Amino acid sequence: MSQLTDAFATGKAFIPFIVAGDPDAASTVANAVALAEAGADIIELGIPFSDPVADGPVIQAGDLRAFNGGITVDTVFAIVAAIREKVQTPLVFLTYANVPFKYGYDRFCAQCQALGVAGLVIPDLPYEAQGEIRPFTRKYGLDLITLITLNSQDRLPALAKAAEGFIYVVSTEGITGARDNFDQRLATLFAQIRQYTTVPAALGFGIHTPEQAQTLARFADGIIVGSAIVALAATHGTQAAPVIGAYAKEMIAAIR
Amino acid sequence: MTITNETTPGRYLDYGGQYLPELLMPEIQRVAAAYAHYKDDPAFRREFHTLLEEYAGRPSLLYYAKNMTADLGGAQIYLKREDLNHTGAHKINNVIGQALLAKRMGKTRLIAETGAGQHGVATATIAALFGMACEIFMGRLDTERQRLNVYRMELLGAKVHAVTTGSMVLKDAVNAALQDYAARSHDTFYVMGSAVGPHPFPVMVHDFQSVISTESKAQLQTVAGQLPDYVIACVGGGSNAIGSFAAYLEDPTVHLIGCEAAGKGVTTSQTAATMALGSTGIFHGMKSRFLQNADGQIDAVYSISAGLDYPGIGPEHAALMDSGRAQYVPITDDEAVAAFEYIAKQEGIIAAIESCHAVAAVQKLAPTLPKSQIIICTLSGRGDKDVAAIAKYRGIQLSED
Repeated sequence: MSQLTDAFATGKAFIPFIVAGDPDAASTVANAVALAEAGADIIELGIPFSDPVADGPVIQAGDLRAFNGGITVDTVFAIVAAIREKVQTPLVFLTYANVPFKYGYDRFCAQCQALGVAGLVIPDLPYEAQGEIRPFTRKYGLDLITLITLNSQDRLPALAKAAEGFIYVVSTEGITGARDNFDQRLATLFAQIRQYTTVPAALGFGIHTPEQAQTLARFADGIIVGSAIVALAATHGTQAAPVIGAYAKEMIAAIR
Repeated sequence: MTITNETTPGRYLDYGGQYLPELLMPEIQRVAAAYAHYKDDPAFRREFHTLLEEYAGRPSLLYYAKNMTADLGGAQIYLKREDLNHTGAHKINNVIGQALLAKRMGKTRLIAETGAGQHGVATATIAALFGMACEIFMGRLDTERQRLNVYRMELLGAKVHAVTTGSMVLKDAVNAALQDYAARSHDTFYVMGSAVGPHPFPVMVHDFQSVISTESKAQLQTVAGQLPDYVIACVGGGSNAIGSFAAYLEDPTVHLIGCEAAGKGVTTSQTAATMALGSTGIFHGMKSRFLQNADGQIDAVYSISAGLDYPGIGPEHAALMDSGRAQYVPITDDEAVAAFEYIAKQEGIIAAIESCHAVAAVQKLAPTLPKSQIIICTLSGRGDKDVAAIAKYRGIQLSED
């Protein structure tokens, strides 16, 4: 039923994240195509936001490069259209709530459907506030991705039961960025989630090496990698596609 | 007339709410539950009011500004002197309340954002009093505009982080403080300085700051035997304004006027006039009015006043404007600076540049009203911190040493 859930059917999923427009539209298209060709199961495309409070300095810097390149929400949609001409890998947007709110939830979700975006990750629209956009994600067949963290505790059953597409498990306290130690409590967290839902659960925030990905994929259904890829985009600029593609292949080999 | 939503705490019409990452939701729900538990607890209230009286120096004066009244030639002007509180501004009222709640919740570390530095100083002060660790987040531009307050916070034992992301002002300080809170909520309480952010912060700030208007109402009753006709206060996020308005919300004859920072003018991009120019959005944990572009990107804003230099406003104010219960007027840098000089010469009071936005509105309004009418204007803070910046604005170079 869900294109996103289906992406987990063939094994552990690899879900890379890139910032739309970092550093320009053409590079984003090239990076997404490289990730798709490397075998990414879902690509998460970040819509830059002026004040990305849930992101660390690496992704904040990516947002800034995109703004310097003149990114707008309509350009992000144009990027998606260009990606869709070349590859059909499922896409999700990561966006702060104010972007679809200001665009108009109905109009935003309609655009997503028209361009084949399968779901939305909205870090500052928590479970209790999702009711305001859910009528529109339903209307246009988008999955609204649930985030669960080690802090969720009592909230976990309700969150897991509401999940659709996949669950985004936040691996550590705080913001995105590389971390060297992963909490052993994560394995328990995944077991708890599975008591309430069959929706696959992917782990993100702070994963950067193939070794980490391999270890974590033992209990996670998928691995989400953001900062490590945005850091490659920062270093290689408009020439990042082959480097990002090679990195994705290495990560995919590690989790399969 | 009410704008609060009984079924959904923390909603004001459609504004307010809790728009936070899942990482922070459990903690903010604990804060909301703790506040709901303690807000009417007699021991909690007693401790709060004892500290307000014995430590902050309340009640603050309601001072009849007879020189201004005579000079402007219209309505009688009373000044609610929050500048006379310990630490020199209204911010201490709210910090005492939130820090007491933090203690009840077993927290050992306070963090806060600050613009002008008043809220940071107040938080550092109470952290020192309570023996709690304290770290303050302040935009780097504000640390440069308000060096004295940075040093003051350090003297009080706080660590001050100069925030270098974004436009390096108040909204960026809030972002940085939220990130710290996400990482350390197990031992940390985020002392929100204004009537902004996710529920329960706007409610808590409203309640703790309402002491301003509870006092002014009783004080004016004593000296004049009546309600004021106008209550005027400056608004950034809106904490002193909501405190100044709170006790009068159900008195429809009392006109409530908030004065926001127009910077170089509402026809320029160098402004922070959220009410005049903003639109509804979701940011910093709340739905409210924000200065933003067509894509929902939050604007970099400008005001001479670091304390009003914020692209949003508290959700209760947004609802008060929509409902027509309160009016909001933009005041430019030029008008505020002129008011700073005016009140110094007329009344011998050096008031904060933030508060002088309200004084400027009084200067415009009072002459248009009959002498029988009464205006209460809140002086939210003292202006010592602004003297160097005002001198610079007038092209006067004060010696660095």
